[in-house]
Amino acid sequence: MPAETDMLQETAGRLFADHFAPRVLAAAEHGEWPAAGWAAIEDAGFTRALVPEDAGGYGVAPAEALSILRAAGGHAVPLPLAETMLASWLLASAGLDIPDGPLSVAPVLPGESLIATPTAAGWHIAGTARRIPWGRSVGAIAVRADGQDGTLVALVPRNGWTVTPSTNLAQEPRDTLVFAADIGRDAAAPSTVGLAELRAIGAAMRCLQIAGALSHMLDITVQYALDRKQFGKPIGKFQAVQQNLAILASQTAAASAAADIAAEAVGRDGAIFAIAAAKMRCGEAAGAGANLSHAVHGAIGFTYEHSLHFFTKRLWSWRDEFGNEAEWGALLGRHIAARGADNFWYDLTDAA
Amino acid sequence: MNAITFPPPPASPAGETLRGEVRDFLRRELANRDPRAKAESWSGHDADFSRKVGAMGWIGMTWPKQYGGHARTALERYVVMEEMLAAGAPVSLHWVADRQSGLQILKVGTEAQKQTILPKIAAGEACFCIGMSEPDSGSDLASTRTKATKVQGGWLINGTKLWTSSAHLADYMILFCRTGAPDAANRHAGTSQFLVDMKTTQGLKIRPIHALSGAHHFNECVFTDAFLPDDAILGGEGDGWKQVTGELAFERSGPERFLSTFGLVVELIRALGPSPSERAAIALGRLSAHFLTLRRMSRSISGMLQQGLEPANHAAMVKDLGTTLEQEIPEIARLLITSEPSAQSTEDFLAVLAHSMLHAPSFSLRGGTREILRGMIARGLGLR
Repeated sequence: MPAETDMLQETAGRLFADHFAPRVLAAAEHGEWPAAGWAAIEDAGFTRALVPEDAGGYGVAPAEALSILRAAGGHAVPLPLAETMLASWLLASAGLDIPDGPLSVAPVLPGESLIATPTAAGWHIAGTARRIPWGRSVGAIAVRADGQDGTLVALVPRNGWTVTPSTNLAQEPRDTLVFAADIGRDAAAPSTVGLAELRAIGAAMRCLQIAGALSHMLDITVQYALDRKQFGKPIGKFQAVQQNLAILASQTAAASAAADIAAEAVGRDGAIFAIAAAKMRCGEAAGAGANLSHAVHGAIGFTYEHSLHFFTKRLWSWRDEFGNEAEWGALLGRHIAARGADNFWYDLTDAA
Repeated sequence: MNAITFPPPPASPAGETLRGEVRDFLRRELANRDPRAKAESWSGHDADFSRKVGAMGWIGMTWPKQYGGHARTALERYVVMEEMLAAGAPVSLHWVADRQSGLQILKVGTEAQKQTILPKIAAGEACFCIGMSEPDSGSDLASTRTKATKVQGGWLINGTKLWTSSAHLADYMILFCRTGAPDAANRHAGTSQFLVDMKTTQGLKIRPIHALSGAHHFNECVFTDAFLPDDAILGGEGDGWKQVTGELAFERSGPERFLSTFGLVVELIRALGPSPSERAAIALGRLSAHFLTLRRMSRSISGMLQQGLEPANHAAMVKDLGTTLEQEIPEIARLLITSEPSAQSTEDFLAVLAHSMLHAPSFSLRGGTREILRGMIARGLGLR
């Protein structure tokens, strides 16, 4: 990574370390909103990092902005930081104002859509969207809604939806929302962002989070293998354990490289195929890495008391969110087949 | 440079210009090479082809011009390597010399050795083999028993090297052997490297060893009082271990560690056609995701080499991940098109599948076994 990316990531890492100790993570699983942590994130300006400078952002490159999420993954930050960044990006893409406070996006699942119908004062937004990150916690949601003349991006305030709560495996809110919102004309604008593109950026974000979480897990797993003694020596001295840790390290390195591919692709032509590949590779590494880390930790890592689960449960969730390996793999594979055997190498060298 | 961070590969506009030239050359030179021959990957041998590659200036690319090199970057060299492999070019004559032997001579050789040998390598006219493994010395290279005894004007070599790829075709071997008595306290002491002229050295017998496919790539090389002159020693007497481990780092990070069965993927895509099943599409997508990621990691190492770093652990990761993928490819392919692989098949896919199946076991053995590499990675993590 270029130096500025390292710097932003390190700054973010320090902030997250200060605010997201295991007891905060546990409290968040029980529904407590870590208000101090959120305030610090917003003060630092992280939520607007992906917004272009002319729309109120800071003019940092997308890859640099996304490096914040690698740090967030490494601290299991239990807040809609990625989602607020994504919503802010979506609003900015349509030229809409970005409110303060936590945000989310809807819909996020393929095939789902919301409907916008014109009213005297603006628009009525209606429909159901499932698996909406932090739907119950955010102050507003940036939605994509289909109107009769095309797709709109609209900012829907908190009174515009009802919540049926659900969560991912890490107890992060992933709610079903039923929208019935009347919004003013100024709160909506035509959009050129397709659902596939929105989900691809979401997938790129999950890649960074996965890479960060795996990197942290590698650190704590190696440390555990050095500390834990059996048969009179640290278990990390046994070759069988060393071989597993080597695989964990390689999978972590691969996820990290794939996340770099995703981060650099955001905002570029053909990004969707590079991100598809990255999400696939990160998803695979997430599953393999979680397995190995649990294997080395033994029974203690299977307890709620140990903090490993804050990371492995997120990996098991994030690999499915914004498209899993099968979904992105099928998209990528069909593209490869359609392009034909003799273009395969050329496309690989052009993609990243 | 921490254990798992692969810095972004530096941009190389010169490399991308070069890529077009290499593709034009390969389209011209390989127009009639069929997929079965391409499946040989970097084991394919063709003296005319290597000479032409040399004439293009694509061997010894990073070496100084005074030795026949071209003073280009590691990234430009990487472009040539990966384009050759992806196209299934027959590169084996110059591959080893270009990848490691020439660099070793450049690093530790005498001025005379550099002036005599490097220009020949760069011209695509000198084939090298690697004299490391022995009957009782495989992964445990320090247990080498082949011995050089000092005599008037040179050394007498006695011992046997094994699994020596291309020894029967090679002009030179870089021989790793013992020049001092074994020392139980320091197993790595008392070893040296020599340049062996394979065509003229007396007392050297080369016997073919056929691989399980029946193919003849590797050999047994028996040295019986074989005389090497004083100026055949490469580098310092007693520096063998340090030199050989440095040489192995060049051997592990390149695109040949994940592209050995690339030709099979190309034939698989062709055989599946433009509208594959969902299952086949997912498999293709996954392979592509792995190729993209490994290519980035491997190019990142190329960038580190360009900066003069020695990323041995990174190279071990790329080789472990890469050879795992290479070996997985025939296993994936055979379940997507369920016909029986056969070298005699009239269908390219099935013939290439047969070739890949029969060569796959070697991928995670040559250049350091998977278990040894994982041990190195574990050491890099501070576990040993």
